[in-house]
Amino acid sequence: MNPENERELLINMGPQHPATHGVLRLVLEVEGEIVKRCTPYIGYLHRGLEKLAEDLTYVQSLPLTDRLDYLSSMVNNVGFCLCVEKLLGINVPERAKFIRTMLSEMARICSHLVWIATHALDIGAMTVFLYAMRDREKLLELFEMVTGARLTVSYPRIGGVRCDVSNEFLKKLERFIDEFPKRVEEYETLIDRNRVWLKRTKGVGVISAEEAINWGLTGPTLRGSGVYYDVRKFFPYDAYDKVEFDVPVGKNGDIYDRYKCRMLEFRQSVRIIKQCIERLPEGPILADNAPKIRMPASPLKIDKEDVQFEIYVDDKSVEDFIKKFTDIYASVEAPRGELGFYIVCDDSAKPYRMRVRAPSFVHTGALPRLCEGGLIADVIANIGSIDIVLGECDR
Amino acid sequence: MIETLYVIFVSILKTALYFGILLLHVAYATYAERKVIGHIQLRLGPMVVGPHGILQPIADVVKLIFKEDIIPSNVDKRVFAIAPIISLTAALSTFAVIPVDKNFVISDMSVGLLYVLGIAGVGTYGIIFGGWASNSKYAFLGGLRSAAQMISYEVALAMSLVGVVLMAESFNLSEIVNKQNELWYGMFLFPQILGYFVFIVAALAETNRLPFDLPEAETELVAGYFVEYSGIRFSFYYLAEYLAMFSMSALAAICFWGGWTAPPVLIKIFPILSLIPGIVWFLLKVYFHIFLFFWLRGTLPRYRYDQLMAIGWKVLIPLALFNIVITSLIKYYQ
Repeated sequence: MNPENERELLINMGPQHPATHGVLRLVLEVEGEIVKRCTPYIGYLHRGLEKLAEDLTYVQSLPLTDRLDYLSSMVNNVGFCLCVEKLLGINVPERAKFIRTMLSEMARICSHLVWIATHALDIGAMTVFLYAMRDREKLLELFEMVTGARLTVSYPRIGGVRCDVSNEFLKKLERFIDEFPKRVEEYETLIDRNRVWLKRTKGVGVISAEEAINWGLTGPTLRGSGVYYDVRKFFPYDAYDKVEFDVPVGKNGDIYDRYKCRMLEFRQSVRIIKQCIERLPEGPILADNAPKIRMPASPLKIDKEDVQFEIYVDDKSVEDFIKKFTDIYASVEAPRGELGFYIVCDDSAKPYRMRVRAPSFVHTGALPRLCEGGLIADVIANIGSIDIVLGECDR
Repeated sequence: MIETLYVIFVSILKTALYFGILLLHVAYATYAERKVIGHIQLRLGPMVVGPHGILQPIADVVKLIFKEDIIPSNVDKRVFAIAPIISLTAALSTFAVIPVDKNFVISDMSVGLLYVLGIAGVGTYGIIFGGWASNSKYAFLGGLRSAAQMISYEVALAMSLVGVVLMAESFNLSEIVNKQNELWYGMFLFPQILGYFVFIVAALAETNRLPFDLPEAETELVAGYFVEYSGIRFSFYYLAEYLAMFSMSALAAICFWGGWTAPPVLIKIFPILSLIPGIVWFLLKVYFHIFLFFWLRGTLPRYRYDQLMAIGWKVLIPLALFNIVITSLIKYYQ
């Protein structure tokens, strides 16, 4: 750990640092301003979600997934539900699929807004931060209208969604997406046509397509390097095979291309939401064979010895189904990349082992590759460009 | 004897008045900055203390004075204590030669411009000392950055003013203003537009404002050279930064915008404008530049360290030199 020669200085960046997006800790060995070595340390936000899931039934694990990537909790929920639905063989009704797709894209816009806000703030453009937060606020209000929560929504259920969307919500959402592309242009006038921004991002943190694949990068971070890969296109889930959208792909693999990819994804998300609103079919929102949640008549009437988690969930249906050991993997395109859930199950209603393939974790691993040889200021720009959320990284 | 005493008495009175008003300006510059940036960013800025937060600077000052003065262990105590004072003293001393109105200047020095540039250079020591003495790696990097930045931009800053000196044939700031008033448009801004551009960019770097606020780059070095400072010592640095902003704005107003004079052509068209006292013209010009500083902060991202150096040495200094050559040639053949 000690720098070998005296010209190098060891800097500990984080876990409490304004630009490390939560509690990432980087140990930098710098020579003057040049970063010679960069070692990320993770685990400061470890809550043992994977282990917790082993003690909870499938239905109970759902709210845990909110806490993975707390900026786009909707997408995490969907990912987990898809995995369990695959396991139980549940067919989700069409309407629920469209609602899920619509809200997932809303979560993507939300998450990308936080990304552009913090990324711009890291590079020094403070105003973009507040502009993006203004628009995110509107989306959070829309989330609140449907789900009752702003951040940790826990809205999907295994086999559908919790409650239906109202016409008032759809009207409000339509109004938002009509004006949103103009907002995106507003951010672009502030940063994209700014020489300082271009100088800070073009040709910085370059990673080639081949290397990006080898490092296991996914999402906009991979697409910035020019690789056409998107879970929504390659392994369509929910209603993604029924809506039209393009996958923006970059070319140079630098910070600017990753930035451009995400900016274009804003527009694609708007496109998807628009189609979802237009084509939203009527029908049920929960599959018939979905695991039921049994709520007691009144919380006050619960007996002392009954106060256990199991009481709330009727897992007979699940238990009847799972008789053999099996494993299953399902993934979704989260705003940060491919978010996968891998579940090994035994004959109980609880997973034997749940493993989350978190894009942030993989991207943090590639951080030294991006930062070494650059300047200290580039480290900050790189952290912003791979858009990590430590809640997801540490789990 | 009586006359000497009289001169001393008047000087003290002038100084007290001048610096009293100046420090009040600085206090409210922080308020103005928060308000301006707030409104740029769709917020209201300070709103709690007093109507529209008008008493916020006073609350801030009270808070800073009563805060515990923390000196971290293992710092070089003497240097740590003296560094902010060097910065503040240098920033305040600049104003000794800056004329705010006709005949209202504390010291009408014949080499006023050189004095301003020299004293501004002394302020850098405060930052380097602070960064070095703090015994913190972040502060150290911030101090080093600022040393490199200020030295390279001081060259550009000084060179951008050579054109003005050539045109005014004097280093005296009052003389520079009087020379400008002889022109029909009353300012060196137009013949020296290149010099003005270089001056403004260099002034931004010299005062550590965005897009050149690398020494205190918040997201990289947390706060840069004053990361270990707190309470009143911190406020000394803060004051010095805002004073530097005012002195650069005042210098811009004096050297390029005709100081306290209104353009003669304007007075010819609207004779009533001659009733407006010089100080108003001067302050308007200074406020404009201060607003420019705030505005840029609300709009621009931050340059990277190597890019900042490249701009200083490869763009600004050649431009300033070019400006000097052109001005000299025109002067020679006139």
